[in-house]
Amino acid sequence: MYVGEDPLFGLMNRIGKPVDGHRPFPRYRTTPGGWRTLVESLGGNTLSVVGLWGEPAAVHVALREELSGDVVVVSLDCPNGHFPSLSAVRPSVIRLERTACDLFGLVADGAVDPRPWLDHGAWGVTHPLAVPPGPAPAEPQRYPFLKTEGEGLHQIPVGPVHAGIIEPGHFRFTANGETVARLEQRLGYVHKGIEGLMAGRTVGDAARLAARISGDATVAHSLAFARAVEAALGVAVPPRAVWLRGVMAELERLANHLGDIGAICNDAAFAFMLAEMGRLREAVLLTNDAVFGHRLLMDRVVPGGVSVDLPDDGGKRILELVAELRRRFPPLVAIYESKASLQDRTVGTGIVSIRLVSRFGTGGYVGRASGRGQDARRTPGYAPYDDLDFEIPVLTAGDVNARVWVRIREVEQSLSLLEQMIRRMPGVPRDSHGRTPLPRVDLPAGAGEGMALVESFRGEIMTWVRLADDGTVARCHPRDPSWFQWPLLEAAIEGNIVADFPLCNKSFNGSYSGHDL
Amino acid sequence: MKALLLSVLWQVVQMALVLALAPLLTGWVRWVKSRLQARCGASPLQPYRDILRLLRKDVVLAHNASWLFRASPYMIFTAIWVAAGLVPAFTSHLALAPSADLIALVALLGSARFFLALAGMDVGTSFGGIGSSREMMIAAFAEPAMMMMVFSVAILVGTTSLAEIADFMVSGTVGLRVSLALALMALVMVAIAENARIPIDNPSTHLELTMVHEAMVLEYSGRHLALVEGAAMLKLLLYMALIACIFAPWGMAHPGDGLGPALWGLVTFAGKMALGGAALAVFETSIAKMRVFRVGDFLGGALLLATLGAIFLFVSRGV
Repeated sequence: MYVGEDPLFGLMNRIGKPVDGHRPFPRYRTTPGGWRTLVESLGGNTLSVVGLWGEPAAVHVALREELSGDVVVVSLDCPNGHFPSLSAVRPSVIRLERTACDLFGLVADGAVDPRPWLDHGAWGVTHPLAVPPGPAPAEPQRYPFLKTEGEGLHQIPVGPVHAGIIEPGHFRFTANGETVARLEQRLGYVHKGIEGLMAGRTVGDAARLAARISGDATVAHSLAFARAVEAALGVAVPPRAVWLRGVMAELERLANHLGDIGAICNDAAFAFMLAEMGRLREAVLLTNDAVFGHRLLMDRVVPGGVSVDLPDDGGKRILELVAELRRRFPPLVAIYESKASLQDRTVGTGIVSIRLVSRFGTGGYVGRASGRGQDARRTPGYAPYDDLDFEIPVLTAGDVNARVWVRIREVEQSLSLLEQMIRRMPGVPRDSHGRTPLPRVDLPAGAGEGMALVESFRGEIMTWVRLADDGTVARCHPRDPSWFQWPLLEAAIEGNIVADFPLCNKSFNGSYSGHDL
Repeated sequence: MKALLLSVLWQVVQMALVLALAPLLTGWVRWVKSRLQARCGASPLQPYRDILRLLRKDVVLAHNASWLFRASPYMIFTAIWVAAGLVPAFTSHLALAPSADLIALVALLGSARFFLALAGMDVGTSFGGIGSSREMMIAAFAEPAMMMMVFSVAILVGTTSLAEIADFMVSGTVGLRVSLALALMALVMVAIAENARIPIDNPSTHLELTMVHEAMVLEYSGRHLALVEGAAMLKLLLYMALIACIFAPWGMAHPGDGLGPALWGLVTFAGKMALGGAALAVFETSIAKMRVFRVGDFLGGALLLATLGAIFLFVSRGV
């Protein structure tokens, strides 16, 4: 029997040396030559890029082997600030490399797109996270948009300020009448400097920042940060905290999916669905508030555990919510399914091919609606999900309708997950005073590197953290799933009509804030 | 002489009536819609407050706005107000009745649209251009359908004068006719498209890329916007009054009637508008907006129905 080289670790052993103290996934330090070997192997389809981020004199890339789900981090020291670009073989890293250049001044040699990305020339400084930061730009630079030439083409600039109350982002359409020939996005308008703010802060302070990366996915981002820190320090959290985190994550997923389904229908001017789904979402938020004391569950997940426990009737209230949604959600799904005028808008609109989602490593509903079933709850998997029974809905149509249906199926799965978790929630023994202590452990001060993959409602969040000896955050990189979804929106709209863009955009529902950091 | 004075009086009342009622009708449709969507909804009086607020605000003009941009709101408003004044609402005894011709009505609405589309393009923003081009596409389908509807009614009644049509219809000699039903369907479809309602356009959208009417008026502010919005409200009332006048003129007062029938005409008119508004709200709630290029199918259907109605009148005496 022939046993070939393991596609991921075999390559790693050839090109790099393992670095100690990086948990739970191994990290390898490589050489420029090894990095180039990596670029070559990324040309194939066995590996996907999970993230790429910089440090003042190093660049890291996280990779996943698609079949086994193994994850590694590869690091390259670049003392002269240059590294060979991956963008020619992996278009998903184009914007990540541009960001590394904006923040750290790391130049990707041979990059397909050397333009700045998050830096709009308004920071008063260049490369703010480099040591030392660069001088302010002498004069404002013009941002050249990609050229599209042809007979009868005209440009439609949209945003960054929109007519509705949404986040800012610029969309440059090149259209022929109503048909879109090219869409180019320009993001970065809500850059808050999260990575710079986190550096040097205590874990507790940084966790509050992590909770505010993208308000709608606050539980997932908090959880990703907490799990990365806990991995770095080798801390195990109390079992009850793990299960409570699961409950919060599913409540968040539920609320967001319900809101999204309504909002997508509203963009087809079917406001009835928005109102009805808004009522269901409100039921979830009211339960959140009653049970955990915050409608969006912000700052409820903290490194070491959770900051609130369920009140005595909490489990009952959540089960009541599940029962209520089981009763009220299916009739609305039936309406969605039977409205011909609505189906006419969503079916066949904004198709994303499976080729693109696998090339970009796109997760979440965008990936799953186009046939890529990646879900961090399953691969690599984390507690409590490895102990629970749930399905990951995968469709292949790749259109707006498929993205709605993935959400509908995930709502059903989340309801089932909530039920399972509440019924099987482990208790905490009372202490000598007869009180139940909060399921939370104190974190030891210490250095370490940790990484976590967490499934938010949008898709997989990757958070990488390095703690300094005094226990403060030396470097943290939270990679929102939107990084790999925004570029596909550009592809989804091609050949569609301008008036269908809002529908496509809402079905993606990318995060501006999570992406702009 | 007395009859003439009375007709002038009724005409003035009619002009004031449409002006006073138009915001209420729009507010009513919005209120019913929000109730259907399980929302509290703003008071039906809200459009009055909106218009007052806009009238008090300053006008903000683009640097490159020409005289056309400033003059258009007045032309649009005037044209539509006059048109709304022509449609007999509560009495057919109007001073302008001799000129209240369906063809004149279509021409007035067409010129209002022409100025609106020009104004949309005047400032040179891409949304204004998109809105104007979509509006003209819709108009290109809607106007033939409207004319065809006018023709089938005219063949039946023998005139295009609205007052005479109303009197003829209420006299009962016309009976139940398939061609009239077809014309009614065509007119309703045209009215939905012309008033930028769902499924053609969404009057309450914030999505600038999907707008038609709203895209053209995005650059307007202050009293200009008040006039354009007021014109849109008048237009909705006009189309409902038109449908009521041709297909349900019962309760309307006629030349020679006194004050009593006129008052009864007012009551029935208010009732018809309330019913029509509620029906529009129900229809809009139950349907999603169609793709821009489906508009041709929709209005093409209206044109076909109206044409069929006209052909029926030629080939058969019974229908």
